[in-house]
Amino acid sequence: MSEVMLQLLLRSLWETVLMTAASGLISLVAGLPLGLALIATERGGIAENLWVNRILAAIINGFRSVPFIILLVALIPVTRLIVGTSIGTWAAIVPLSIAATPYYARIAEVSLREVDRGLIEAARAMGGNRWTIIREVLVPEALPGIVAGFTVTLVTLVGASAMAGAIGAGGLGDLAIRYGYQRFETTVMIAVVAVLIVLVCGIQWLGDRLVAQLDHRT
Amino acid sequence: MQPYLERRAARGLWASGLLDLEPFDTPPREAARKGYTLNQHVLAEIPHLADTVDDDISPRPAHPALADGEEVVRLVDLKRRFGETPALEGVSLTVRKGEILGIIGRSGAGKSTLIRCLNGLERPDSGQVYIEGREISRLGESELQPLRRRIGMIFQHFNLLSAKTVEDNVALPLKIEGRPKAERRARAAELLELVGLSVKAKAYPSSLSGGQKQRVGIARALAAGPALLLSDEATSALDPETTRSILALLKDINQRFGLTILLITHEMEVIRSIADRVAVIDAGRIVEEGPVWSVFADPQSEITQSLLGGIRPQLPADIAEKLSPVPGKEAILRVDVAGDAARRPLLSELAAAVPGRFRLIHGGIDHVQGEPVGSLFLGVVAKDGQVAKTLDFLTARNARAKVLGYV
Repeated sequence: MSEVMLQLLLRSLWETVLMTAASGLISLVAGLPLGLALIATERGGIAENLWVNRILAAIINGFRSVPFIILLVALIPVTRLIVGTSIGTWAAIVPLSIAATPYYARIAEVSLREVDRGLIEAARAMGGNRWTIIREVLVPEALPGIVAGFTVTLVTLVGASAMAGAIGAGGLGDLAIRYGYQRFETTVMIAVVAVLIVLVCGIQWLGDRLVAQLDHRT
Repeated sequence: MQPYLERRAARGLWASGLLDLEPFDTPPREAARKGYTLNQHVLAEIPHLADTVDDDISPRPAHPALADGEEVVRLVDLKRRFGETPALEGVSLTVRKGEILGIIGRSGAGKSTLIRCLNGLERPDSGQVYIEGREISRLGESELQPLRRRIGMIFQHFNLLSAKTVEDNVALPLKIEGRPKAERRARAAELLELVGLSVKAKAYPSSLSGGQKQRVGIARALAAGPALLLSDEATSALDPETTRSILALLKDINQRFGLTILLITHEMEVIRSIADRVAVIDAGRIVEEGPVWSVFADPQSEITQSLLGGIRPQLPADIAEKLSPVPGKEAILRVDVAGDAARRPLLSELAAAVPGRFRLIHGGIDHVQGEPVGSLFLGVVAKDGQVAKTLDFLTARNARAKVLGYV
């Protein structure tokens, strides 16, 4: 593999990492509150409001049912509004975040639902308000699941970012398609796949270690 | 342990601000009449208190608070149904300051709903809940929150937060109150010493045994200095030995700090060990209520008798099988005695007063709250009117005797 190809590979890796990290962070910051809102407003939740719950669920399901490649194109006006352009790495972060947020919200919701209701009752019996319950009970108790779910989301984002090449975002996936597939450069293809494997394994390993440190349940 | 407790007793947890409670305030004269001194209580070893069942032998009337204590809780005609299923059907109840009231019933009798009405975790459909004189059943969630800090609660499954250390679990009620960190730490340390778990302060609950978890639960419930402690089947998930030590700890806290405790359970043994008064709940109603020893001595309702079945003497099965209503050689008598009647040398007086032979088949005198309560099964030779004379004699001595049948 030539010097130029190596440079290209490194640049693509950086673009993938950038897209994954930025959209991952946004989906965490937006998805966790969304997951909390789903849990809080459901029947018997700490802020039961079935209408809000139904509307949130419908929006989340709506975004989750659109194939990512369609979302990528459909969101071009929104991307242009936010980033100023509809092409490039930064432009891809918008549709990636919008796709990952509802996905992560559902994952967070599952972890939060697993928190023993007795713990919420105990916090209420102590005189805690909703905010106390979220801060002292729901989030800390669900944290191992929240982190494990975030790891899954990041890995999914690595995969999804490959499609972002369609709007000129670059990244490892784009490199594999243009050089490895369209130009029949098998070495590039193999190199890209190897880098992706290392990247995904690294993310998973870090996530698992963090979960093991946070988990005091057993 | 003892020097600590003596120090504690001299200074008083209440004085150190740990508990906003009055000290155990039995006047010396009354304490002497009751057969114990304050010191004996204070010196009781906390983590492994002697079995309270054995301690109860010394004569002791009901708790002083029973006489004219002020009400901590008053429930008036509480009703609650879940859909079509009624959980409470008009419960009225009073808990007085400093007493331990035990509510017993089978599962599904409405106990859990009842105890949750006391801190507003559950709302009654109708009726009133007064806590320290204030009606709370119509209060909003934000008004209930400060009130709940006056009421500690412990749970069957402990409900400790797995992500927090023991210390942080105990300090949580104080954190909710917004107390500064240094104060929270100091109080958590004091409370963990009280329950004998200082060494586990930095551990996580998952590394503790069931009994240790409940001790942490108790420390946490006491953190904010409550006026009332609610115990929701606190020992039901524990083995008998651990149950005894947890009950001993609760009793100790009740006696030393005068903390009012309302506990619900399905085990009579729990009631017998620590309660001053018992209320039996069945199908959402209080069917029987009174001092523990008197309910044990003379249970009125069928449900109480059935709940007591496990801890009262029963006629041995082989004799019960042979029992016949047709008069035969030997009459089997059941004799229930309590209080002064049980303090007398009843059997030797019977032997002296009524000629003829009788045998003791089963039974004995138990001590509940320091009152003797007993059930005896006697076999009386059924001739020359001995059975009738025996019944007359026992009735005259305030023992309840009846012929169960003949063998």
